[in-house]
Amino acid sequence: MKPPPFEYFAPASLDEALALMAEHGWDAKPLAGGQSLIPMMNFRLAQPEVLVDLNPVGELAYIRPADDGGVLIGAMTRHKVVQFDELIAERAPLVHDAMPRIATHQVRNRGTFGGSLAHADPAAELVSISLTLNARLKLQSASGERWVAAEDFFLGLFTTALEPEEILTEIHLPPMPGRSGWSLQEVARRPHDFALMGVAAVVTLDEDGRCAAASLSYLSAGDRPMKGEHASQVLLGEKPSAELFRAAAEAGASQDIEPSDDIHASAEFRRHLANVLTRRALEEAFARAAA
Amino acid sequence: MSKLFDLQVTVNGKSYQRQVEPRMLLSDFLRHELGLTGTHVGCEHGVCGACTVLFDGEPVRSCLMFAPQAHGHEIITVEGLGTIDQLHPLQEAFRDAHGLQCGFCTPGFLTSLVPFLESHPNPTEDEIREAISGNLCRCTGYVHIVEAVKLAAEKMHGGQA
Repeated sequence: MKPPPFEYFAPASLDEALALMAEHGWDAKPLAGGQSLIPMMNFRLAQPEVLVDLNPVGELAYIRPADDGGVLIGAMTRHKVVQFDELIAERAPLVHDAMPRIATHQVRNRGTFGGSLAHADPAAELVSISLTLNARLKLQSASGERWVAAEDFFLGLFTTALEPEEILTEIHLPPMPGRSGWSLQEVARRPHDFALMGVAAVVTLDEDGRCAAASLSYLSAGDRPMKGEHASQVLLGEKPSAELFRAAAEAGASQDIEPSDDIHASAEFRRHLANVLTRRALEEAFARAAA
Repeated sequence: MSKLFDLQVTVNGKSYQRQVEPRMLLSDFLRHELGLTGTHVGCEHGVCGACTVLFDGEPVRSCLMFAPQAHGHEIITVEGLGTIDQLHPLQEAFRDAHGLQCGFCTPGFLTSLVPFLESHPNPTEDEIREAISGNLCRCTGYVHIVEAVKLAAEKMHGGQA
């Protein structure tokens, strides 16, 4: 299939890109790595009249330490760069662990961090992980900028809080507190496929070895990344144990997700996977937190 | 028709200038505008890997880029790897180890693997299988492809890390 005609702009700076988005508004789409948007255009599921190509905008590709001990990622940073970045490995190990599972190396050579979030596929690892990590996203337009929490950004299937003239320009990943552990667990038919179900978890222990904080989110579990709130509630204030993990996994799999039936798996099977994967994620995350 | 884009691109060391419609996929540009039909088009949504080319030295799906995005960049297609008289050692290895049957997927395997063999002179079987995981082959069952990559590593680097 071939995409329908569109007008193409290759701005050299962010200011130029924002001006184009202000001018073309509803008819325009920013083009990041193109690894999701272009297939959708090839299938004619997306038919933007104007494309604003962000690839020449070099100022949007960077990884920097944030003042709070976290990381700032420019939206046009490619997956391949994130995958091998030392600061990411040190400060955002959950992201580091996820990178090799995102599509294939050819796709990672083009795909971008910001593009993945703006596309808002509920099966995407980075979408779910940004929720787990309480990432904050910087949305810019010609008339200003605003920061939105990941929780308020993902509204539904391929739907975000981005206004038509806005561009997602930067992602802030806050630091993990001390005595924290993380885990990403998923089941996919083949390693690089979209997962049938997945869960990303970060947990923190207090001085008594009790769970001080827990953040979980599920992928392929609804029309958006699904926060594991009930699972977290079970964990808070408790000492980690196999029994506790079973109870939290049960709560997460039964109350935190809205999986659907499709040709790849039934909703029932997805709930079963969520239960097993939550247990495995908690075992690994708490072991890492205690280490 | 939308406004044409003045494209300048280097393909296999040769500079080309063409006017293209922005919606023209890079894969179609290479095949239809430049006549470089070695780049094959399978799925056109980034799954099969047949259209893989080297974009500034890195393997990418040419069906997931628009031709104007290649403006000012350098592309190497399967035609740029070797010649009929002097095949690339990886191409020789594919022939010698029966790493292809119908050959439709082969250009994508070759372009994906050339940079891989440069960064992995003595790859393990697991590394090879990871490296080819973005390319579909419906004939070989991959066994002979893996053999071909091992053979190429030996030819190119004497099996030394």
